[in-house]
Amino acid sequence: MSDRPLYAPQEPIFPRRVSGKFRNLKWVIMVVTLGVYYLTPWIRWDRGPNLPDQAVLVDMASRRFYFLWIEIWPHEFYFVAGLLIMAGLGLFLFTSALGRVWCGYTCPQTVWTDLFILVERWIEGDRNARLRLYRGKWDIRKWRLRLTKWFTWLLIAIGTGGAWVFYFTDAPTLLHDLVTLTAHPVAYMTIAALTATTFVFGGFMREQVCIYMCPWPRIQAAMMDPDTITVAYREWRGEERGKKHENKSGDCIDCMACVNVCPMGIDIRDGQQMECITCALCIDACDDVMDKIGKPRGLIDYIALSDEPAERAGQPAAPILKKILRPRTILYTTIWATIGVALLYALFVRSDIELTVSPVRNPTYVLQSDGAVRNIYDVRLRNKAGEDRVFHISLTSDDILRIELEGRDGQHNLVVPADTTILQRVYVTARPQDPAASSDTTALRLWVEDVDADIRASQATTFNGKDE
Amino acid sequence: MSERKVDEETGVETTGHSWDGIEELNNPLPRWWLWTLYACIVWAIAYTIAYPAWPMISGATQGMLGFSTRGQVAADIVEHEAKNEALVAELVAADLTTLPPSSDLHRYAVARGGSVFRAQCSQCHGSGAAGAVGYPNLLDNDWLWGGDIESISATITHGVRNETDLDARYSEMPAYGDLFEEEEIGAVVEYVASLSSSDFDADLAQAGSELFLDNCAACHGDEGLGDKFLGAPNLVDAIWLYGGDRDTLTETVTNARFGVMPAWGQRLSDVDVRAVSVYVHALGGGE
Repeated sequence: MSDRPLYAPQEPIFPRRVSGKFRNLKWVIMVVTLGVYYLTPWIRWDRGPNLPDQAVLVDMASRRFYFLWIEIWPHEFYFVAGLLIMAGLGLFLFTSALGRVWCGYTCPQTVWTDLFILVERWIEGDRNARLRLYRGKWDIRKWRLRLTKWFTWLLIAIGTGGAWVFYFTDAPTLLHDLVTLTAHPVAYMTIAALTATTFVFGGFMREQVCIYMCPWPRIQAAMMDPDTITVAYREWRGEERGKKHENKSGDCIDCMACVNVCPMGIDIRDGQQMECITCALCIDACDDVMDKIGKPRGLIDYIALSDEPAERAGQPAAPILKKILRPRTILYTTIWATIGVALLYALFVRSDIELTVSPVRNPTYVLQSDGAVRNIYDVRLRNKAGEDRVFHISLTSDDILRIELEGRDGQHNLVVPADTTILQRVYVTARPQDPAASSDTTALRLWVEDVDADIRASQATTFNGKDE
Repeated sequence: MSERKVDEETGVETTGHSWDGIEELNNPLPRWWLWTLYACIVWAIAYTIAYPAWPMISGATQGMLGFSTRGQVAADIVEHEAKNEALVAELVAADLTTLPPSSDLHRYAVARGGSVFRAQCSQCHGSGAAGAVGYPNLLDNDWLWGGDIESISATITHGVRNETDLDARYSEMPAYGDLFEEEEIGAVVEYVASLSSSDFDADLAQAGSELFLDNCAACHGDEGLGDKFLGAPNLVDAIWLYGGDRDTLTETVTNARFGVMPAWGQRLSDVDVRAVSVYVHALGGGE
């Protein structure tokens, strides 16, 4: 049997502070993404007296999704499905073109870990100070620093879990209820669960989440190819590496700057590896060193594997555009854009008045005492507007058919309340002498229209006669 | 055990398994993973103690929390009834003849009545209420005992031709096989057929019409329009409960028909009888 342990403790990582263009880009992205996440629920949007005034709201209780001027009903969930497909294809597109940019810049795990490391550095100091603290005894100072850090993390985690629930109910009301301890238990449980995951994943698990819990590092291998631009070490330029006084032939002075700043704790000079989230901080760190020793930047850089032969031969790399515009990326973009255009089209042609007709086929028809034949239809009428409206129900057909509404005393108009679906039983009758009564099936179309506005909707259905 | 193999490239021990020369590295799992596994084991043991889990010879261990899915259903029903208490009270007190069809109470009655109907009535009348031979279709506009809400409610409450309820609907047609000669039955059948069809033997029907006026018109009316007070069917319309062909009519006149229905007032709560009445009334034939 092996004498090695089956399970290994987590290797602590103490990323050093770094500055540079990619670090700045990451700061900007962090501010934007966190800002969007925390502030979105507080944006107001006036939709009239009967509808919520929150710009982005997933209203589970009423089964509505509000996004600015767009309101999605449950039967229109294909919009959400379409967006998810677009998000998936977008991920494929960006990965095949630019590697794991999602992981490195915008993944919540990366963004919140970055924020937590910022807090850590602010309280405990940079890499060396944190290393000393980690190795030092648990004295009063260590306790004070650790507790301060954990407490700050916890506040951020509570804010993160707290912001999530605001997307699902009116934010100001919920905040008031949360503070006065009158909110629904589910709200507190959700906040507690998300606080715990934020605190643990951002504070302690960090790279473990990416390496062991996330499926994406394993999928990405299929998404990348030699033309993918990704973070890599120009090994042909850097080796033989060695300290400056050793006078080795390569540009790499083995200063370990790239390793010290890496939030994943890896050495990019070992080549592409599953752990690398391509956050590009090693590029910033190395460029800084190259500037100091008077060598050109880009020893670690965004490059494609296919550039290696040309660069080794001392020729310039292929232009970036040529690497990005490939059949693969063009195909992804085409599918992505097609779905996007289809969704936009569906969004703009949809009406705020709708009907769905389900013909009652148990029985297929009803014989009336005078010999007339009646078909029954369950019609769902949707008023998606913010005010009550009067709908008129009618039918069109090549044959003579009469329409009647259950419980409306011969009226064909009815009030559908704001933002509501109602179920109306509709009878269509053919008199004994009408051809529809004795034929097999007759085509007809049921219409609903707003009597005060020129909008209508219809659905085709069939009428069953006696001859079946 | 085979000796340990170490991968030259990485210096990591391999599991010794080889596929086409590719060997699997035996990297250790992270320790938190081990603790997560232990936590799951502890959770699983605690769970089987707290909740019903282990199968025994009869039944299973009950669990310390006393949880059961049956109990959960019972609790759900209690909660549901508490929620509907106000609507139920309102429905019991409501005047069904003036209940507006667009009201919430009407919607509730139709929904509740629909589930009562599917549980109690659909066996004879069909899940779509279209009936069957001998069981009236409740979707059409032909009613034996009346199609207004009060008549429907009375029929459901007291039932048809049963002895447990003194107010039950009770119609009694004699079996004319004991009273008429065969030719007389044929004549009456021909007359009845002539009421709703143009294809008949005029002489025979003429003979039958006299027999009809003397024997049948007392209940079915001089013109065969029936009488909802007596439960006598309309013989002029297009709807036949048992069938309008001559063989079926002969059978009906000879032996008479005696359909039955339970008195639901004895079996269902007041609110359920009211709900199912509203439901049947709103199926399409309500008057």
